[in-house]
Amino acid sequence: MVPAKNTKPNKSGIIGWFSSTIGQILISLFIPSITFIVLWQGYLFLQRAKAPQIVQVVVAIIWGVGGVALLYVVANWLVLKLPKTWSKRLQPFVFVGPAVAIMGWFLAVPAIRSLVSSFRDRLGDGWVWFDNYIYAFTDPRMLETFRNNLLWLVFGTSFSVGMGLLIAVLADRSKAEVLYKSIIFTPMAISFVGAGVIWKFIYTYKGIGANIQEIGLLNAIVSGLGGTPQPWLSLSPWNNFFLIIIMVWLQTGYAMVILSSAIKGVPAELLEAARIDGASEARAFFNITIPYIKGTIITVVTTIVIFSLKTFDIVRVMTGGNNGTNVIANEFYLQSFTYTNKGRASAIAIVLLLLVTPIIINNLRQFNKDRKGF
Amino acid sequence: MAQSAKSQKKSQSLVVNLVLILICIIWLVPIFGILITSFRQSTDIFNSGWWTVFPHKEQVTTTEIKLTTDVADLKAIADSGSQISISPETAEFIGLQIEEEMPTEEEIAAGAEIPTYDAETVDGVSATFDEFVQGVELDDGRLIRWSGSNIRGRTLTLSDNRLVWFDTDLTIKNYKDVIGGKTVTYKDGQGQTITRIGNNLGGAFLNSLAVSIPGTIIPILIAAFAAFGFAWLNFPGRNILFTIIVALLVVPLQIALVPILQDYVALGLNGTFLGIWLAHAGFGLPLATYLLFNYISTLPRELLESAYIDGASNFTIFIRLILPLSVPALASFAIFQFLWLWNDYLVALVFLGEKNKTVTIAVAEMVGEKGQDWHLMTSAAFVSMVLPLVVFLALQRYFVRGLMAGSVKG
Repeated sequence: MVPAKNTKPNKSGIIGWFSSTIGQILISLFIPSITFIVLWQGYLFLQRAKAPQIVQVVVAIIWGVGGVALLYVVANWLVLKLPKTWSKRLQPFVFVGPAVAIMGWFLAVPAIRSLVSSFRDRLGDGWVWFDNYIYAFTDPRMLETFRNNLLWLVFGTSFSVGMGLLIAVLADRSKAEVLYKSIIFTPMAISFVGAGVIWKFIYTYKGIGANIQEIGLLNAIVSGLGGTPQPWLSLSPWNNFFLIIIMVWLQTGYAMVILSSAIKGVPAELLEAARIDGASEARAFFNITIPYIKGTIITVVTTIVIFSLKTFDIVRVMTGGNNGTNVIANEFYLQSFTYTNKGRASAIAIVLLLLVTPIIINNLRQFNKDRKGF
Repeated sequence: MAQSAKSQKKSQSLVVNLVLILICIIWLVPIFGILITSFRQSTDIFNSGWWTVFPHKEQVTTTEIKLTTDVADLKAIADSGSQISISPETAEFIGLQIEEEMPTEEEIAAGAEIPTYDAETVDGVSATFDEFVQGVELDDGRLIRWSGSNIRGRTLTLSDNRLVWFDTDLTIKNYKDVIGGKTVTYKDGQGQTITRIGNNLGGAFLNSLAVSIPGTIIPILIAAFAAFGFAWLNFPGRNILFTIIVALLVVPLQIALVPILQDYVALGLNGTFLGIWLAHAGFGLPLATYLLFNYISTLPRELLESAYIDGASNFTIFIRLILPLSVPALASFAIFQFLWLWNDYLVALVFLGEKNKTVTIAVAEMVGEKGQDWHLMTSAAFVSMVLPLVVFLALQRYFVRGLMAGSVKG
């Protein structure tokens, strides 16, 4: 912030000197350089600092947040120094430029770079054209991931949305609605890694032997009911469902909250009229509520579908993708960081992109319809 | 008629509440299980489920019986599958849990009776070795069981089914061990002492803060500037740029990991906080810009126009007018982004890795390395959950608002 502050008294003080163009140019070069040096020094400090971790963390936070703010202030100041027509033309780019540049660097351009490297070999040296895609669509490993992602998509989405809808409808009729809803919603704050630990503990299996007391809840229930404990996470293909349950546990809250607010938007008169006409609760629900909140249901389904396509953390932590539980995002991770096969990893990423393309197109269509204010 | 309708309604609401309570219990039990486990002694965790902290009926060992060597060749008996007979002659009783209090010396002097413990007798039992291992029930309900599955053990336990109220030894040692970075020692199920290097979750916690706080503020700041620009300023390419942002909303970030990692290695950004802030900014910006645009573009036009007339510059208007007015939207997205960053695993794994481990990486590592150390994993998981849970429960209303706005329009 130092350079920005220094300029203020100067501006009003030595106006005569300032008006000379040379001074203007010098200042315009000087301020950004100072800014740059200050930020660079901060970066270097963070790189080699031997200070206690807490100090480093505090410095990093201040440096990061302050640095970004400083850059905007300086850039705006610099643009205002330009002749008026130019500053008017360029100022919008001070506002949108950084965002556009970062999105370009981190999402738009990588999509093209990934597309290119998906046609190249494992190190990105030579062209292999469609080999990586042939792998992506025919290799048994990949076919397994497609099957599993399909399971995640179908069962994960339908259970989450179904449970969310059920709870939303029931809670709407209860006085303790807020309490129930916050309980169901709470897992949303938990990381998939944390949820992985929680559920791994439920599925844990001690092995066969005399008088072993199972410490995993599921096996304790099963043996309490007279069954035999099982290593649930190695039972292919059922283990996929044990992983999907975790997603349902995490995502039902999301579906419930969104659907619940939609249900509250259904006009009471409509439902009352149906009841007076003698419609049962179930009929009123299926013939009035459901059609009324159809749009919201589609939104929720879309969001959870995208989520289930990208599912990674749960599988990575619980099984590492072994025992027939591999999914596309985990195979992507393995290909790019374990087997260091850039070509295949890029092809898988492109496949993932293709899978969400219909949703992108739909979003754009919707956006074009809505943008009257644009 | 009205009466029955009323009572029907009442019973209906009872059913509704019962179903909801059941679902809520199912939802909470997993969290509850690890919370309790994280406070139990490591040996207890290995030997019994967490639900045993509640009152329950349990086989409590009362006596151990050592078989005298008279029972000659146990192995031969076991192999032949024939029965082992245990009678008072072949058994030697050891160890007896004395439950009654011994009278003090004065009391004895005053003539109190000293309780004499005859070893609890076992009238002859005959069973095969396997049956003994499974446990043989005596006529009086007690269970006699071969301790361990080794025939050379020669020890049997006699246990009684009793109600246990609460005899759990709770501890915060697990948390101390997992937060600190020094070596930790604990006892496993067999009572053996194990020494391991600690996980330094405290350090990981700080790292997560260093990732999440700027990682939340930076993209929000950048997105707010951009949203203002898109909503209120005119410039060539505005439409096409914003359309691209809408398209980027659901692009999977996997697409970027390989190329960006390449750039980071070249720039020396790999493993730095700056690198991960930029990455999170990149992946979070489309949604942030889109949400804030939706909000900022609905601010009343007159407000801005009067400010322009007063001669305020775009920058001043943004800082003095737009930012304060957008606080609700900024707060909603901030909570959203903060939780997302705190709970993120993939991006941190790729761009931070071993250097500057975040809590999610530390916990995931523990699961990989120490798959059975539940006392450490459960407390670690809880440490990783504390902050997001507090933020979430305190600011739930804002979060829900952000969630509603953020649902990709269908």
